[in-house]
Amino acid sequence: MNEILLELESRRKAARLGGGQARIDTQHSKGKLTARERIDLLLDEGSFEEFDMFVAHRCTDFGMEKDRPAGDGVVTGWGTINGRMVYVFSQDFTVFGGSLSETHAQKICKIMDMAMQNGAPVIGINDSGGARIQEGVASLGGYAEVFQRNIMASGVVPQISVIMGPCAGGAVYSPAITDFIFMVKDSSYMFVTGPDVVKTVTNEVVTAEELGGASTHTKKSSVADAAFENDVETLSEVRRLVDFLPLNNRSKVPVRPFFDDPKRADLSLDTLIPDNPNTPYDMHELIKKLADEGDFYELQAEYAKNILTGFIRLEGSTVGVVANQPMVLAGCLDIDSSRKAARFVRFCDAFEIPILTLVDVPGFLPGTTQEYGGVIKHGAKLLFAYGEATVPKVTVITRKAYGGAYDVMASKHLRGDFNYAWPSAEIAVMGAKGATEILYRRELGDPEKIAERTADYERRFANPFVAAERGFIDEVITPHSTRVRVCRAFASLRGKSLKNPWKKHDNIPL
Amino acid sequence: MFKKILIANRGEIACRVIKTAREMGIKTVAIYSDADANALHVKMADEAVNIGPPPAAQSYIVIDKVMDAIRQTGAEAVHPGYGFLSENKLFAEALEAEGVVFVGPPKGAIEKMGDKITSKKIALDAGVSCVPGYLGEVADADEAVKISGEIGYPVMIKASAGGGGKGMRVAWNDGEAREGFASSKNEAAASFGDDRIFIEKFITQPRHIEIQVLCDGHGNGIYLGERECSIQRRNQKVIEEAPSPFLDEATRKKMGEEAVALAQAVGYTSAGTVEFIVDGERNFFFLEMNTRLQVEHPVTEMITNVDLVEQMIRIANGEKLTMTQADVKLNGWAMESRLYAEDPYRNFLPSIGRLTRYRPPAEVNEKARQVRNDTGVFEGGEISMYYDPMIAKLCTWGPDRASAIEHMRNALDGFELEGIGHNLPFLSAVMDHERFISGNITTAFIEEEYPDGFQGVSLNNASLQHVAAATAAMFRVAEIRRTRVSGRMDNHERRVGRDWVVSLDGGQFDLTIDADHEGSNIIFANGDEMRVTSDWTPGGQLARLVVDGVALVLKVGKIPGGFRIRTRGADMKVHVRSPRQAELATFMLEKIPADTSKFLLCPMPGLIVKINVEEGQEVEEGQALCTVEAMKMENILRAEKKLVVAKINASAGDNLAVDEIIMEFE
Repeated sequence: MNEILLELESRRKAARLGGGQARIDTQHSKGKLTARERIDLLLDEGSFEEFDMFVAHRCTDFGMEKDRPAGDGVVTGWGTINGRMVYVFSQDFTVFGGSLSETHAQKICKIMDMAMQNGAPVIGINDSGGARIQEGVASLGGYAEVFQRNIMASGVVPQISVIMGPCAGGAVYSPAITDFIFMVKDSSYMFVTGPDVVKTVTNEVVTAEELGGASTHTKKSSVADAAFENDVETLSEVRRLVDFLPLNNRSKVPVRPFFDDPKRADLSLDTLIPDNPNTPYDMHELIKKLADEGDFYELQAEYAKNILTGFIRLEGSTVGVVANQPMVLAGCLDIDSSRKAARFVRFCDAFEIPILTLVDVPGFLPGTTQEYGGVIKHGAKLLFAYGEATVPKVTVITRKAYGGAYDVMASKHLRGDFNYAWPSAEIAVMGAKGATEILYRRELGDPEKIAERTADYERRFANPFVAAERGFIDEVITPHSTRVRVCRAFASLRGKSLKNPWKKHDNIPL
Repeated sequence: MFKKILIANRGEIACRVIKTAREMGIKTVAIYSDADANALHVKMADEAVNIGPPPAAQSYIVIDKVMDAIRQTGAEAVHPGYGFLSENKLFAEALEAEGVVFVGPPKGAIEKMGDKITSKKIALDAGVSCVPGYLGEVADADEAVKISGEIGYPVMIKASAGGGGKGMRVAWNDGEAREGFASSKNEAAASFGDDRIFIEKFITQPRHIEIQVLCDGHGNGIYLGERECSIQRRNQKVIEEAPSPFLDEATRKKMGEEAVALAQAVGYTSAGTVEFIVDGERNFFFLEMNTRLQVEHPVTEMITNVDLVEQMIRIANGEKLTMTQADVKLNGWAMESRLYAEDPYRNFLPSIGRLTRYRPPAEVNEKARQVRNDTGVFEGGEISMYYDPMIAKLCTWGPDRASAIEHMRNALDGFELEGIGHNLPFLSAVMDHERFISGNITTAFIEEEYPDGFQGVSLNNASLQHVAAATAAMFRVAEIRRTRVSGRMDNHERRVGRDWVVSLDGGQFDLTIDADHEGSNIIFANGDEMRVTSDWTPGGQLARLVVDGVALVLKVGKIPGGFRIRTRGADMKVHVRSPRQAELATFMLEKIPADTSKFLLCPMPGLIVKINVEEGQEVEEGQALCTVEAMKMENILRAEKKLVVAKINASAGDNLAVDEIIMEFE
């Protein structure tokens, strides 16, 4: 018995060393942590329970049978984040460069199956050179097994991918399917084909960082939801995100004690909207002043900045926020912002997270770039997402809500539960100037007359009352009372039950 | 007494006057420009009259418009505040013509004291000590050299109409005197349209000390002690105090008596200020007289318990002073810090915009501590480009100088101000500066102590340890709150540890927390123990703590794995980690900030209006690179040296945030 215990201990010791001290040192010298160290930072101290520590690959080609390290390049198991269960896999770059073998994939699949069965989020830490070439098609099969589980888990349990090293080729499609992707600045990259292939095929010279670094994916491609300075910071922010998320699609959103009065009035909001309707203001200020403790977890902050998405808490309970940002492109909707917000709305709806929509939108961005890019169908994604969402929906129109964009932004007509407007709201088909130019085309030669018509239109339509008279706006509220009104609205919706008709699935204009 | 007065000013001083008027039962009328429609002084006044567009030249200093407002509202008197029309004799005349009382001195006194040469002549006649010099106009460079030699070097060559440091030159020898005369004359002609020049002795180790006087229309005059205003940046006063740490009783008395004598020599009534320059030997010399209420008047009010605005109104109403010189007792010490919307880290560049957060410390009036904040703004208000960038005047009082400074430190730490750049960290830095604390200050203090501008503050190790203790206790509370989230595994909750590693400002503290219901005992690895108590709750942006018996006020922001802490002028990232996290954090690479000299960064959030150059283009120093529009102002960004444009990252129409890269250079 004693011997067996000794062997267990020595096997564990070997497994914990992964690819050996030299490789661990190399990993550290790049400012990167090992797979196990990352798990230590991700989970509550001492909460990690490992699976499949002794799993080894079965490959016999290319002399692989002589090197069968325990764990096979990925550490898997479960643990807790602030006491709430999560499943985790963490690829070990020190073992065969973290490459994915059939058994490596099996380990990942095992914990994903467990996560689905037990209703807990899956967090994948990616640091892998790609497929294990020695295994050939078995490795590719492994990827697809993981993809299939990602797909099945989508909308059942939250899935978070953390890219902490290379993630290339087929490997990118697992994170791509998950709900959130985080990257580490300067030490992670993702691409379907690397710089060498790019050079060969297209003659384009590009660095790995330019092609698929954190900056590229947070600013240009929108593949990543956020990027952080280093491993330590990234994992600490993943923990913070998990604090916002429900464990699965059947559990309620998490609630935690809060130290911010729901009745807190904020008089400074009464002056948030500038006197000049064409002057921008920062919508972040409104979000932070509405949120508990000013805490806003922004996602895709660097991409399509004309719309803001992220999580806040109201009365300690998670709420998803979508807000037009007048600071950028006047807050208009376009292809990128519609896609960004639509995906966020669908995540919230899938996991029963109530949605707060803050509206200041002058319309859709005009132009050939937009039309050629298919703004019709991309814009429709957001429309579709809002329309199908059955979670509590509260909307506040702060200023402009023009044209089709008014309809799209969680309007009453899309089953908005509470649709509030500030007194500064202008709910109309379009701005006064544009409207009069169409309505009074024949008077265009007479600037005085047009000015008078414009003023007339403003008096008549540039306010919330026309919409309120029709019941499209439930109530006009003062800016300083917005927090308490929104808190009470969501409080009243805690028992909301709304079902869409049965269907196999919908056909959102992808 | 007047039933209604109009305040021909804006901002904090308008609010200040309204406060006293209201206490006296007088109705108040505010005037405001279009930019000030929502301003605090408009809200506070009983009535308000719009007097035109934002620029002061089209509103606040247009006499006709102010007169219209007076007629419209039937105000019987006008308080001009400071600046604007406060020392404008035409305004005083216009009021007189309509029988409206000017709450200030007679127009003759304004006029006489308004000219540097005239005022100096009057001062000499009244027996006031003046800086040795030649009072006449200096005809040419030869004469300048001759006069300078007679006075004795160093000398100051000054424009008669000068102010704000323009048209002023110091000369240490004949050559410099010759040059200085020519350049002063040119500058004076260009700046003031008046090229009269005079020469006086240049005072070394100068202090700016001024005497507050009060004179009624019945021949009574008193002085209310002095104010020391030596802490100045480019002739803009930043910190004032009363009394001066430098004067003795005899000098004070002498200065006070000469100041009153001067005031009476010109038939002065109302509150006025006689400015002196004082050298290292306590020799004092008359500089000029300000015929109005001074910005820094609150420090005098705090040590004399006299409401100067009330006295001005009573004197204007023809009343006699009810106090004599013997009644004036200087009590304790008062400090004033001027909060400016100027970014100290960007060479005090004015900053404008919305005050997203504005929470001054509570005003207190206790036996050993007073805090007073004179302001004209509010949270959600706007700092506009049209006016003075002063946000508030924060004043503290204590029984002695040390306590006044200590109260100021805490008050500054508790002042929450966000949305714009401001000089709070700089003010805190001065309050902790050894030379300032010693009282050994001159008007060159800022120049000498911050020759390369303000780089921020590094706290000493003892202070860092206090901050470490405080943040560890706070972090632990925040972490415990996180474990109270719903949905956790019963019986397998996270237990928050006792051991922590706090890293801040390059230093690291290993510590253990022993918490009870009232607070936390922090035991440092070196054996030091500290008790931390606080009513801070997670998410709070201001933490008031007592650490080891010492009060500590922290401004708290969130960063991943810790806090951004601002206190005592320092701005730090503080990481609080478990020992395991701290161990792993040591592997993280220090990221060297990119060399920004190769980039043109956007200095403010704004819209790119125009890019003036092309990639590959060679540009000369000073050449325009692009135009950024911010707050409706077009700012032209220029090349700091000869450069070649390598890459342009932005194009016209782009909205950029602060520090976004506009273009790169080779």
